[in-house]
Amino acid sequence: MAVVERGSTKIWHRRERGKQFAIWAVWLLSTAIFVYCWHLISGKTVWFFVMDAPAQAIDLAARMTPPKWSYMNSLWRPIWDTINIATLGTVIALIIAVPVAFCAALNTTPSVLFVRPVALFIIVSSRSINSLIWALMLVAIVGPGIFAGVIAIGLRSIGFCAKLLYEAIEEIDETQVEAIVATGASGPQKLIYGIVPQVMAAFAGISVFRWDINIRESTVLGLVGAGGIGLQLDASISTLAWTQVSLILLAILATVIVSEWVSAKVRHAII
Amino acid sequence: MLRLEDLGKRYKTGDQALTGINLEVPKGQVMALIGPSGAGKSTLIRCVNRLVEPTAGRAWLDDLELTALGSGALRRARRSMGMIFQEYALVERLSVMENVLSGRLGYVGFWRSFARKFPQSDIDQAFRLLERVGLDHMVDKRADELSGGQRQRVGIARALIQNPEVLLVDEPTASLDPKTSRQIMRLICELCKESNLAAVINIHDVLLAQMFAERIVGLQLGEIVYDGPPNGLTPEVLTQIYGEEDWAATIEAVDDDDNNVEESASGR
Repeated sequence: MAVVERGSTKIWHRRERGKQFAIWAVWLLSTAIFVYCWHLISGKTVWFFVMDAPAQAIDLAARMTPPKWSYMNSLWRPIWDTINIATLGTVIALIIAVPVAFCAALNTTPSVLFVRPVALFIIVSSRSINSLIWALMLVAIVGPGIFAGVIAIGLRSIGFCAKLLYEAIEEIDETQVEAIVATGASGPQKLIYGIVPQVMAAFAGISVFRWDINIRESTVLGLVGAGGIGLQLDASISTLAWTQVSLILLAILATVIVSEWVSAKVRHAII
Repeated sequence: MLRLEDLGKRYKTGDQALTGINLEVPKGQVMALIGPSGAGKSTLIRCVNRLVEPTAGRAWLDDLELTALGSGALRRARRSMGMIFQEYALVERLSVMENVLSGRLGYVGFWRSFARKFPQSDIDQAFRLLERVGLDHMVDKRADELSGGQRQRVGIARALIQNPEVLLVDEPTASLDPKTSRQIMRLICELCKESNLAAVINIHDVLLAQMFAERIVGLQLGEIVYDGPPNGLTPEVLTQIYGEEDWAATIEAVDDDDNNVEESASGR
């Protein structure tokens, strides 16, 4: 905010002159960088492939149609596996995420100096590794199959659920907690009467949201051998069975749509 | 009887909120605590049940020295101090019944409260109190479905089900309209008379304080500057508590209000 007095009138500008110039300079610089990068990318592009792309796409589309509907019979089982991986993984993640979240939230942590950093570290390390990478490592450790997938999804989801939940815990209304404490309630009672009711809706929302994400993530876990429909996808792509690939993609699409619908319904029912 | 002895509170930020508070509130007395914002009214009542830890002096409830209690004993002592809040402080996502029963948490073990298995005597009392505050048809409603006045009634029932000896009331009417404010104040005062409770009521509405309290304590910058009957609040006293202002209108309005209230009461 800058006010300049010119005679008797006060002139108001949103920003000081120097600040305004700095903002312009930053815009100019970022535009220059963008243009330079564009130039670099187009210089390194093999334009022959780009020109070729539409033809290639049409060719691939032709090879993918019509989907091989009869292949569906051998897909039901992998789809069921995929859904189970997502669901079990989410459940495991939630069981671990709840105590981690309470340890990470500033207003409920037993110790800001010792316990909270550990909880935050769990959250960050779980979130920083993609579930596909988790699966890759777990396949090496526990062997290929659904179990590796479940654990991979679970490990990846702990951080996500715990982070959102601990933020919800930190945002609760403290006067409600104060009122419960004032009745002479004990620490655990304060938790179940003052805090849990306030974060229950957030918890349910987070669970369903994560389950929904996990359905999508578990469809690709098979690419690294961790079970689910991704196994069939991988096999079909490497044998160039494009009509099977298109059917699998359709099946994944249908599964995701159903899971979105379910989670929307559940979330609506909670709120 | 509630007794404060030289009670003081200095916050970690260095703000001296209370200095040398000496106060005795006998059983059955409704005392209003008035003063400008930031005078330390909320701090004072929170120092009694130690939601805020006093940094000097002592507080006694009958023969129990509240300021000397360990955490377990403090929890037991809090059961006999009911508290009513400005923004009601109900647990919004719980039902009216659960909110009222939460006043019994100090008497009930963890698992029983977790499973909502309160003793039948508590439930009987909850129904009785809800009927008394006029909400017996709202038992299963969620707290966030109620209006302001109804919520404060639930808050009152929650405080009373503790079977307290003292009520600590923090700005009970600050978020309510004038009519509801009076109803709530009247209800609190009636209930105190019925159960012979002492009450400390923080209130910044001087008119309401004069209408309902039998004793007024004025707080200014953390110190008591007036302690006496409601009709002793002269313009000079109000100036001392709140600062220079034309107080004549306020005091006249109180007289008018009193008459109106009596008329409407007799009209019903």
